Amino acid sequence: MYKYNDFDEAFVRERVAQFSGQVARRIDGSLSEDEFRPLRLMNGLYLQLHAYMLRVAVPYGTLNSRQMRQFAHIADTYDKGYGHFTTRQNIQFNWPKLRDVPAILSDLADVEMHAIQTSGNTIRNVTSDHFAGAAADEIEDPRPYAELIRQWSTDHPEFQFLPRKFKVAITGAPNDRAVVKAHDIGLRIVRNDAGQVGFEVIVGGGLGRTPMVGKVIRDFLPKEDLLPYLEAIVSVYNLLGRRDNKYKARIKITVHENGIETVRDLVEAEFIQRRELFNGADQALLAEIEPAFAQPDYITADSQGFDDFYKADPVFRSWVDTNLTEHRQPGYAIVTISLKAHGATPGDATSEQMRVMADLAQEFGHDELRVSHEQNIVLPHVHKAHLPAIHARLAAVGLATANVGLVSDIIACPGMDYCALATARSIPIAQQIAERFDELKLEHEVGPLKLKISGCINACGHHHVGHIGILGLDRAGVENYQITLGGDATENAAIGERAGPGFSADAIVPAIERLVLAYLELREGPQETFIDAYRRLGAEPFKAALYPDEAGGRKHAA
Amino acid sequence: MSRRFTPKVVTANDLIEGDAVWLSADDRWVRQMCEAELIEDAERAEARLKLAEGQGDIVVGAYLADAQAGENGPEPTHFRETFRTRGPSNYAHGKQVEAA
Ligand code: SF4
Repeated sequence: MYKYNDFDEAFVRERVAQFSGQVARRIDGSLSEDEFRPLRLMNGLYLQLHAYMLRVAVPYGTLNSRQMRQFAHIADTYDKGYGHFTTRQNIQFNWPKLRDVPAILSDLADVEMHAIQTSGNTIRNVTSDHFAGAAADEIEDPRPYAELIRQWSTDHPEFQFLPRKFKVAITGAPNDRAVVKAHDIGLRIVRNDAGQVGFEVIVGGGLGRTPMVGKVIRDFLPKEDLLPYLEAIVSVYNLLGRRDNKYKARIKITVHENGIETVRDLVEAEFIQRRELFNGADQALLAEIEPAFAQPDYITADSQGFDDFYKADPVFRSWVDTNLTEHRQPGYAIVTISLKAHGATPGDATSEQMRVMADLAQEFGHDELRVSHEQNIVLPHVHKAHLPAIHARLAAVGLATANVGLVSDIIACPGMDYCALATARSIPIAQQIAERFDELKLEHEVGPLKLKISGCINACGHHHVGHIGILGLDRAGVENYQITLGGDATENAAIGERAGPGFSADAIVPAIERLVLAYLELREGPQETFIDAYRRLGAEPFKAALYPDEAGGRKHAA
Repeated sequence: MSRRFTPKVVTANDLIEGDAVWLSADDRWVRQMCEAELIEDAERAEARLKLAEGQGDIVVGAYLADAQAGENGPEPTHFRETFRTRGPSNYAHGKQVEAA
């Protein structure tokens, strides 16, 4: 893992000191809320429905056991004993008191963490594949580049007041697990015909009010040109992006209104200039960063015990079959720990659970953990010999649910249980759907299915790219849930289509059940997943299941 | 010509705790909505909001929320305001457990 150098350390400490002073001046009345608000947002502090909320960056989702334990400590000391992992690979604390925030930030700095640029119109925490450095399908580990981007974008003087927030995602694998096409900039590490490794650069993707799949602006960028090219994109956006209308300010609208060709021409021209200025300093920095992401010292061990246990214990077998992913190292596996026990709040972990995950990472996982954008925790490097022990210890704290990738592995934003922007709740809907499918004992038969829920049009719950998406709205003072179908968050990114009129809070869970049962009837066999069946058949048979009373052929008024 | 005025309460979040608070008839910030002043006319509502906005060292983001008279005092009419009087639905946290 990357370790802070003296500069990083001094910078973060200085920012803690600055913000501590600002909080003190807010409390003694010398700063008004209008003055304080942008300052607190620069430090990840929001004011939500019931309390402040502190959003802490987990850079590209990678953390070690000490950092995870510090989250547990913060949860116990200043919050209500838990934390919420988000679709941006961050963690949010839902109940801090304003007075305590400087102490929390200081505790975070002790473990090389902070909340800077987790809000505001800046370049946000760069996100990545949660299996980076471990996945068998990877061309190259994207994290050294992610760290390079983190250092470049943190406190970048030119980019502190962009037209709007700016999100970069990077993956090193052809199977996109980082939703790169739904980011302001998406980077895919690719190999060209000559066998060289570089980046495909995608720009203008995003969800929210106007969802768009990103467009390729450069199909092959040599690795050494990464920062000058990114800087060219952001600087073109900084000038061209609209500041007159917040809903039209993201780069996706800039690209949409000006056309990708125009944006590309401007970026390429700017890039020539910027490249001169970099002088190779970025490559020197990258060379310093790279060793921090070397492969761990893999062990060899006898996995006979694993094989025996796998045969003997059906609960363990189900967990292994569902929650493990192939590792590049023989004998190893990637473990996804589900934070989606049926009926639990997606993405939440108690301090006790955090400590168990930290212990397991330290004892068996080369001291590494990941936060996935799907709101689970990953142990990226585990020898199979240790899996029975890991499973037992996870089970003891309610973390052994075998549902990764299934219908109950739901992404849900905080919604109106916490979020001040929400138009409806998301969490109870997720809880009820998961509980219902647990009752039906059907989810393993249903197989891979991505269900994603947002509590408002901002789409933090990624509903547009769910195979099934649910958007919570306020319809004349009542919670109402709109379904979208056919979204896809992978390299085949697609925006889901609205199925028809929304459902009430009481009707949404039965509607989802009808939809999934209809899929089981419609599919050609277990090998045909929900999304494949949807693509083969189109929306109509699924709409018929959602709106049985109208199945006589009457068209919906969209 | 006058449309019927929907009764209001003045509400905000506490500066330090961050929780929902309401303005009472005797100018206190109270933590339970039922203790708030139910404001019945537009002029008074504007005046009370103005007073609240002048108290930025105690509360943040004051606004007028629709309300109705209930058995124990003002009650919310919109679900968002109902949640603010209670707390989240996924845990027994917030006002639903802190209530006296
Ligand atoms: S989607 Fe809306 S409700 Fe959900 S977290 Fe984002 S802003 Fe809040």
